[in-house]
Amino acid sequence: MTVASCPGCVAAGPVAEGAGRDAGLPTHELILPGIHCAACIRSVEGLLNTRTDIAAARVNLSRKRVAITAEPGLDPSPWIAALAEIGFEAHEARDAGRHAQDDGLTMRLGVAGFAMMNVMLLSVAVWSGATDATRDFFHWIAAAISLPAAVYCAQPFFWSAWSVLRVRRLNMDVPISLAILLACGLSLYETTQGGEHAYFDAALSLTFFLLGGRVLEKRMRQAARSAAADLAALEPLRVTRLEGDKRVTVAVDEVAAGDTLWLAAGSRVPVDGVLDSTGAQVDRSALTGESDEIAVAQGEALTAGEVVLTGPVTMHTTVAAKGSTLRRLIQIAAQAEGARSRYTSLADRAGAIYAPLVHGLSFAAFVGWSVATGDWYNALKIAIATLIITCPCALGLAVPAVATVATGRLFRMGLLVKSETALERLAEVDTIVLDKTGTLSAAALVPPATMQDDARSVLKALAQASAHPLSRSVLPLFKSVTPAKLEQVSEHRGNGVSGVWQGTEVRFGNAAWAGVGQGTVLRIGDVHHLLERREQVFDDADETLVRLRAMGLEVHMLTGDSAQNASRVAAELGVDHVHAEVDPEAKQDLIEALQADGRKVVMVGDGLNDTLALTRAWASMAPGNALEASQNAADVVLLGQHLSGIPDAIGIARSARRRILENFGLAACYNAVAIPLALAGFASPLMAALAMSTSSITVTVNALRTKAKT
Amino acid sequence: MNVLVILVPCSLILGLGALVAFVWTLKNDQYSDPDGDAHRILLDDD
Repeated sequence: MTVASCPGCVAAGPVAEGAGRDAGLPTHELILPGIHCAACIRSVEGLLNTRTDIAAARVNLSRKRVAITAEPGLDPSPWIAALAEIGFEAHEARDAGRHAQDDGLTMRLGVAGFAMMNVMLLSVAVWSGATDATRDFFHWIAAAISLPAAVYCAQPFFWSAWSVLRVRRLNMDVPISLAILLACGLSLYETTQGGEHAYFDAALSLTFFLLGGRVLEKRMRQAARSAAADLAALEPLRVTRLEGDKRVTVAVDEVAAGDTLWLAAGSRVPVDGVLDSTGAQVDRSALTGESDEIAVAQGEALTAGEVVLTGPVTMHTTVAAKGSTLRRLIQIAAQAEGARSRYTSLADRAGAIYAPLVHGLSFAAFVGWSVATGDWYNALKIAIATLIITCPCALGLAVPAVATVATGRLFRMGLLVKSETALERLAEVDTIVLDKTGTLSAAALVPPATMQDDARSVLKALAQASAHPLSRSVLPLFKSVTPAKLEQVSEHRGNGVSGVWQGTEVRFGNAAWAGVGQGTVLRIGDVHHLLERREQVFDDADETLVRLRAMGLEVHMLTGDSAQNASRVAAELGVDHVHAEVDPEAKQDLIEALQADGRKVVMVGDGLNDTLALTRAWASMAPGNALEASQNAADVVLLGQHLSGIPDAIGIARSARRRILENFGLAACYNAVAIPLALAGFASPLMAALAMSTSSITVTVNALRTKAKT
Repeated sequence: MNVLVILVPCSLILGLGALVAFVWTLKNDQYSDPDGDAHRILLDDD
């Protein structure tokens, strides 16, 4: 969070967004995953705006956030609690104030659109037969509009072209920039000479179409990225520190070595430390992949990232927050030079072939016509016309159009594509390595098989009301069950959830509190059901693996858990290649060994022990409940507990790759017709305009055919 | 052809007007929350 300490800076800041319009810049941002309608906007804004400590609050429904203007540095937990009371889940956003920048791309697109329309209007008049003074007059107006517009709008292409030319490489932006510059230059010269052909409209429509492609692609990617960032924010930013007898909420970053922290049951250990309470059960699966719970005694170490299952407990920290294991792994993931930086995108590869080809052709045209006719000015005109008519428009749109459609489809299916080349890499994979714990299976409370349907629906309703990970672990097994209607539901921290169902008291939680049995029980009136904590394979895992095999992928399972647990899950799912008891480095080595054999591996994992492997693999995915470090390392984040997203993502990626290659083919076909005409000297501005529009439309329409079914 | 002296500036002014309107909407944050704006029209108090 950026907090401006000086009120003067706040007042003098750049254009405020949303709520900032009348009350200064927003100082806080809360993520509200549950808002969806006008009534939600009114409830949230109504509640927040009546608070005395908030100057202004404005909801942004598209981003599912509320921007709040208040005292900088104020603790937002009371607001979050107040929102929870009226039924809105809220989390503090880490990136408040850092807004998505669009680098003025939208503005450039608008200007290019305006200029293109006006110049096209004048061009149509010229094509319809305007001659002599009228034609020159129109050309001059077009020049007056086009030149400044091109200089302003095409800057992103110029900068990108310049940055690769400096390191003596070529990309798609080099021929684009050259075409724009030469089209403007030639047209200006023709205009001063009272010539017949001016290509101003071609230069501007090229800029407009390509900018349009970029704006759309960028927006789509930003939406996916910010959704992924919101997911990471579900991890607590604040912890409860004991100062004497007082409980104080502080930011995780402010925790120092030696602090005493209070942790509720079900919360994640924020910083490495030592347990002060007499004993606790912890879930270490995020760190090691072990699915069994582990007993930690007083004085034993707790590592950041573990989940405390019993509680509440107190602990004291041994390091400051910045030195914790969790933070170190996040840094490793952020710095890792993974496969993605070694990959050259299809667009860049196409550019590297296409650019020398057209430049060579137009140079050959210049030399050929000069030698044949001796008229070097005419030869130059033909050479430039060749460069414009082989316009890279279709090629420039070939990749962004498909990427936008594919990323958008995946986004609506709950798959967040974070890296630009992720889809292209994902389309090439032939081997999938899945982590076991947390990805294919999870430790869950398993109800007895004899449990009645109405008891199941009560259990689901109670589990939904709870925040404890153990209670919630029941939910994936109960996807098809309709929750019962309960009254007076309340959560008793550390014990369980209670409610009233059809006049009977129901309780779900720890046996001592529920009053019957042992372990974890569901009590309905006098009847009770015992629930056992067992490792359970997700119900869509089997179907997902079948689909993955049908797509021709070799399936490997990788786990830090014991060989016995691993082989049981492998047998249940029919996985042939199992690697058990592997530590994080061994996971990474295994991925590298597979890739050294010439395989392209996609790694799917959620734990901190998978982070290194995720960065090493050709492509990587992480489920939405993974820790921030794993999500940062992954190319694609799967929202919710839907393994079926994995084959969907690979299917769409393969389809997208096919569409991109088809688009290159279409562009090549069109050039096969246009280039000979241009070389022969028959190219006219009207032809260039027609060819450019039709090819761009063809490519965009073809991109829309990207879908999951192969 | 004298009619051009009136019509060409006309078309340019109209185009510029649209551009200015676009710049205004952009500066005024009208593209930051399309979903929210679609729903806010249903609220009475805004």
